[in-house]
Amino acid sequence: MKNNYILQAWLVLLLAVFYGGSLAGVQLSLSPKINENKINETRQRVPALVLGKDRANEPVEIESENIAVEKNGRKVFYNVFKAVQDGKQAGWVIKTSGQGYGDKIELLLGVSPDMSIITGLFVLDQKETPGLGNRIADPAWRQQFVHKKTDKKLVVVKTGAKAPNEIDAITGATISSRSVCAIVNNTLSDLKPKLAGVN
Amino acid sequence: MSNEPTPLERFIQGIIPENPTYRQMLGLCPTLAVTGNLKSAMTMAGAVLFVLFCANVIVSLIRNILKPHLRIVIFTLTIATFVTIVDRFLAAYMYSMSKALGPYIPLIIVNCIIICRCEVCASKQSVIHAGADAIGQSIGFALGLGSIAAVREILGAGSLLGFHVLPSCWPNWVIMALPPGAFFTFGLLMGTVNWFVSKKEKKQNNA
Repeated sequence: MKNNYILQAWLVLLLAVFYGGSLAGVQLSLSPKINENKINETRQRVPALVLGKDRANEPVEIESENIAVEKNGRKVFYNVFKAVQDGKQAGWVIKTSGQGYGDKIELLLGVSPDMSIITGLFVLDQKETPGLGNRIADPAWRQQFVHKKTDKKLVVVKTGAKAPNEIDAITGATISSRSVCAIVNNTLSDLKPKLAGVN
Repeated sequence: MSNEPTPLERFIQGIIPENPTYRQMLGLCPTLAVTGNLKSAMTMAGAVLFVLFCANVIVSLIRNILKPHLRIVIFTLTIATFVTIVDRFLAAYMYSMSKALGPYIPLIIVNCIIICRCEVCASKQSVIHAGADAIGQSIGFALGLGSIAAVREILGAGSLLGFHVLPSCWPNWVIMALPPGAFFTFGLLMGTVNWFVSKKEKKQNNA
């Protein structure tokens, strides 16, 4: 009996079950509030992502919808915000995510109404390496995506971006930079056919 | 058992004589990372207080049924649970602060102060000892973080807790808000503390 590992670890197992249960409870009770915070943050970002940061304070009506995209036999859902100003569509903001170096990266991507030009990029959530990868959230780096055309896939380069579809990698964080680019590319190729003709 | 510290001794020791930051030099990752301004440093200290207190009390409660070779697993499990609770709580009620602290809240799980206190105090002494120890150590940690953060925020941004304290002609030393500022401040403050301690010891030796 003494050598039975499972019996020796009864306290560990019991505590794990107990802690797991209480964490599930915490998650259940707090997640509506956390999601509400995230949605509010998203909505506040919409004007700047569509109109540019100089016009971030202008009032914009926001209609939110979920769009399903069939991909490799699976359905992928995107949360899409349609920004309307003075009765005219000003652009789209797409909430999207993908795997980064450390954990999931959540992005907000602003695109022009006809889906041809990127108008803004914002990092909602990331857990990349502090000091290196987490610089994907720096405004200066994100600014590179603004005004990029969506007809060609964006590419990360380490030697200084020259071509119009090139993005400079962050020194020491090539994987994080590539992850952001890949998320943007995937999102655009998924949603372009769906959204480009809508307005 | 008579030579073991009493709850009051545990409490006082944590604040200055065994200050986690300056004397034990534990938990330096948050010390360097979140001391850019006083508010985030105090939030971090508050989170550590909660986690350390809960972990110490629970470990102390189960200390008699703890298998020695499985104790570290249980410490880590307990700490991780409370850190996750703090992380979710901050995301729900202090959203901007939770974003500013980013990965450093989940990183409390591997903060050596907490596992050190579980090992040194909570797994050997009663709940009252463990609780007093947790509060003392947390106050010491708050003092350590707070002193570094105050210096960095005043010199780096001319403000304290967001209020301007230096005249607006003060040229903000941006480097103090950046990572090198953390090392400069920490080194100088640590030197000062050690200088005072050695002076005090010399006096005692001479007397």
